Amino acid sequence: MTDVLTAHPRRRPFVARYPSAVVFLAILALFTLGVTILAEGFGIGVISTSFVKTLGKTLCLCLVALAMDLVWGYCGILSLGHMAFFGIGGYAIGMWLMYARTEIIVRESLAAAPLPPTPQEISDGIAGQIFGVVGASEFPPIWALAHSLPLQLLAVVLVPGLIALVFGWLAFRSRVTGVYLSILTQAMTLALSLYLFQNDSGLRGNNGLSGLQNLPGLSQVPQSTISIIFLWASALALGLGYLLCAWVVSGQFGSVIRAIRDDEARVRFLGYSVEAYKLFIFTFTAVIAGIAGALYYPQAGIINPAEIAPIASIYLAVWVAIGGRGKLYGAVIGAAFVSLLSTWFTGGQAPDINLGFYTIQWVDWWTILLGLSFVAVTLFAPRGIGGLIDLITERRHPDRHGADLGPDPGALQEKEADR
Amino acid sequence: MSSLLEVSGVSVSFDGFKAINNLTFQIAESEMRAVIGPNGAGKTTFMDIITGKTRPDSGQVIWGEKSQSLLSLTESQIAQAGIGRKFQRPTVFEDQSVADNLMLALKKARGPLAVLRFRPSRADRTKVADLAEQIGLAAALHRKSGELSHGQKQWLEIGMLLAQEPRLLLVDEPAAGMTPAEREHTTELLVEAAKSRAVVVVEHDMDFVRRLGCKVTVLHEGSVLAEGSLDHVTGDEKVIEVYLGR
Repeated sequence: MTDVLTAHPRRRPFVARYPSAVVFLAILALFTLGVTILAEGFGIGVISTSFVKTLGKTLCLCLVALAMDLVWGYCGILSLGHMAFFGIGGYAIGMWLMYARTEIIVRESLAAAPLPPTPQEISDGIAGQIFGVVGASEFPPIWALAHSLPLQLLAVVLVPGLIALVFGWLAFRSRVTGVYLSILTQAMTLALSLYLFQNDSGLRGNNGLSGLQNLPGLSQVPQSTISIIFLWASALALGLGYLLCAWVVSGQFGSVIRAIRDDEARVRFLGYSVEAYKLFIFTFTAVIAGIAGALYYPQAGIINPAEIAPIASIYLAVWVAIGGRGKLYGAVIGAAFVSLLSTWFTGGQAPDINLGFYTIQWVDWWTILLGLSFVAVTLFAPRGIGGLIDLITERRHPDRHGADLGPDPGALQEKEADR
Repeated sequence: MSSLLEVSGVSVSFDGFKAINNLTFQIAESEMRAVIGPNGAGKTTFMDIITGKTRPDSGQVIWGEKSQSLLSLTESQIAQAGIGRKFQRPTVFEDQSVADNLMLALKKARGPLAVLRFRPSRADRTKVADLAEQIGLAAALHRKSGELSHGQKQWLEIGMLLAQEPRLLLVDEPAAGMTPAEREHTTELLVEAAKSRAVVVVEHDMDFVRRLGCKVTVLHEGSVLAEGSLDHVTGDEKVIEVYLGR
């Protein structure tokens, strides 16, 4: 008789069930503190402000990679549209940033006028400043809430969430899966970016929203300080996001979504509504992507429709694949490693290689190198960089994964067994 | 006799081929039934219709005391209503442990929000341990189910079905690929299960069906050819013709 207690020990605390969360939070805290100490804003000034911003942006990319890992690595939905939600989050916060800052400038310039300006004059002034570039002078309807920070923050969460909810409901209800779903998500992000490229989309066409690094009312605060504030905010969001994702995947829910990834028909016959779970995960991760985008673009300073182009979401999948899908830390490692490397190569810092007859310029060749690494990882190391950590910590998985002994395991093996 | 499941006049065709042709079938509470028939007789399609995987072109499938029609329900709703199904190939979640597989199947609320909050209680864990004991996998509770042998996976899947606490169990060729000793254990499991619920077993193997010792339904070309005890149907001339004639 099996002892029930030894077979099933008391529920272990969260930390024991998800040890990587503690290690991750510790590393993240050390990293953030270290950068702060080394930065210009508060510390000794070894790290430039622009590099602090790059690091802060990288943390946001890690957060959206977590979302991608949840939806793809855990639930098996290869969404190639999550950077659209990231971009929408950026646009939502960008609208307020542009509005509020332009409002201050307009008020200052009108203050010199002999008569105090009317609200209409101020509104017209702001609209002219923002939309002059696309030949318009009035606010489009979608800017109705742009004056209010709380409402735009709400939009950061609600707009990606609602779009994901509607899109997911339509797609999952029709049982669109696999590569067809990936194509649909690509179509979604392409449609969105093409729409935003139009001048009358209400979001300044291909100019996008700019000057987002200037926080309204904080013009006296130097960028070196603001960069540290955003670094901390991004680190906090990533830390909380990691904990939340770890909590979601550690329990029975995680068990169900991994089961959906491996055999969704079987999960249906267990009585779980596969569509409801997919919709939940798709929407939840879209919201995380939106929040990540809202933290990213104030550090980038500018957002335009090219950021939502289909290729962006493909890069996201590449990061997660290289980092190791199906593990939260894999996604973070992949996003951090590949995006920083990408900054290094495309920033012109990587030394060109002179072959005599041809010079390899990394600005051009980086994409090819990335593509080759993606193929190599997929073929030779499906568990990615995160798999190396498993090797070190000896968490090996069994090699035997129920290989069939014949095309129809039933009858064939039966005969073998009788012999 | 009050029946738990009543299939009446069901037909379904794929590209003009009539896989099921005016099939009528009934099973009572706590009854065990073996369904046999040559390849292509429609055995698997029959299960697909009951579990909602395939929609019939005509006919009715009525379930339970409330005479609910199953035709408008999704697969997951039918499973929640109390119909469990075991596939021919053992399909367990190989990446997860035996305990996780059983816990996944335990009869609990199935909605995403309820599952998100769910943490197994002591009673749940005891239940999983007991089930593992019953299917002979107590020692393998924390092994990945992908590591199990073919026979053990079959048992794990039967264990998952029992964990669902269904009122009707549909089992597709449970003894395929098993050693004689493993088959004996499987027979015991099924006979035990049939004491408290209805069980339908689809099987090729006559010896196995004989050991189950239950009423037999013979399917042929999508409809019922004969029904009764094994001796009765094997003595039936039409059955002999279908199996041996041609």
